Amino acid sequence: MRELKITPIRNGTVIDHIGNGLALDVLKILGVRELDRDSTVSVALHVRSGKLGWKDIVKVEGVELSPRAVNAIALIAPTATISIIRDYRVREKRAVDLPARIVGVLRCPNPNCISNQPEPLESEFEVAARRPTVLVCAFCERRVTDFVRHLA
Amino acid sequence: MSLRGRDIVSIHDLSRDEITALLASARKMVRAAEGGRAPATLAGKIVAMAFFEPSTRTRLSFESAVQRLGGSCLTIADAGATSLRKGESLYDTIRMLSSYADAIVLRHPNEGSARLAARASDRPVINAGDGAGQHPTQTLLDLATIQERFGTLSGLKVVLLGDLKYGRTVHSLAHALAEFGSEIVLSSPPSLRLPEEHRAELQHRGAKLREEPDLPKAVREADVLYVTRIQKERFPDEGEYREVVGSYRIDAPLLAAAKPRLIVMHPLPRAGEIAAEVDATPHAAYFRQAFLAVPVRMALLSALLGPAGRGR
Repeated sequence: MRELKITPIRNGTVIDHIGNGLALDVLKILGVRELDRDSTVSVALHVRSGKLGWKDIVKVEGVELSPRAVNAIALIAPTATISIIRDYRVREKRAVDLPARIVGVLRCPNPNCISNQPEPLESEFEVAARRPTVLVCAFCERRVTDFVRHLA
Repeated sequence: MSLRGRDIVSIHDLSRDEITALLASARKMVRAAEGGRAPATLAGKIVAMAFFEPSTRTRLSFESAVQRLGGSCLTIADAGATSLRKGESLYDTIRMLSSYADAIVLRHPNEGSARLAARASDRPVINAGDGAGQHPTQTLLDLATIQERFGTLSGLKVVLLGDLKYGRTVHSLAHALAEFGSEIVLSSPPSLRLPEEHRAELQHRGAKLREEPDLPKAVREADVLYVTRIQKERFPDEGEYREVVGSYRIDAPLLAAAKPRLIVMHPLPRAGEIAAEVDATPHAAYFRQAFLAVPVRMALLSALLGPAGRGR
């Protein structure tokens, strides 16, 4: 008998093709503790993948991701695909896509940047390079390559 | 190509052609900056000097430039006397100022503040130093000084000496010199080397770049020796500062082996990096450099605010 490693979900989001070992960072973006208490989060680490060799998968019941969360996932797991599930069926499936500007997702690592001061503004980064992703702060021009540590 | 109404936050906001045009315009302003007849390109214009960090040279040379051109200034020279102290955001302060003045010159301790100000203001914003960030008019006057002496900005050997890590003036100067095709020689204490990202960026742009930790050797080969001050306030830790302060000094014996045409530059104020005896040598260019701040800023203000088609 085939054992199901992760059970299907009725409504929610499946984040598949997460690079091997990055699922915990994805959970950090999703802010598991802030998710609805009734929603179940299942994580599969180190799953065989035809495309990637090994991959991670995250399933979240009852939650459809915000654009902000999708942008953040695109930053740390650029190979991920996101499927929206309604009534056990995939209603929408797409690869994450890094926009040219990332607004409100990361804090600038430069503590002296004006975006870390009490000003009426959101943090903002421009994508300076892809694969690997390099962001540049739209205010102080600091380059950022390590995103998990600087999630807002 | 018109600079009218533009924000000047970073030297990268100016193309090579725009820099060349500004330097040509600055040369025409030299007589006026010395007190000769000046075009009244800023007549009726008000320029706000929003200085939230101490500055002598930058603010006074901007004020001089505005007044030589017939304009007037609104000056905040002491941040403690403004509503920022009452918790007003920089954004609101600039928004308000932009309704009182035709342009804003900003010096502020936080990196990126000028970019924020440019968004808050519908009038041109000139960055006069944002923390350890950009200071584009300093770069322009540095280039003006080199060009006045050599008639060119290409094919020269320019030694950048001292704090190449925190010194904002050297970063933008290095980028501009690379753009114009001069060779850049880096000479610094090991802990103050040019940050890797700047080095990579310069090499990516095809800059002729090398390091020469041996100062006497670097000086012998140089056309321009650009000396920086070690700025205590930029160091995250006092120990690092104490290790390097006083680690280099330019004096007459060191310059004895230099090319006759070598010029020594410094953004000033100096704090012991250049001995007073150098002032009397033909190499000393730092006071000329400080003076050229005025015609360069006159040229820029004219281009941003003057009648269309003039001041370029």
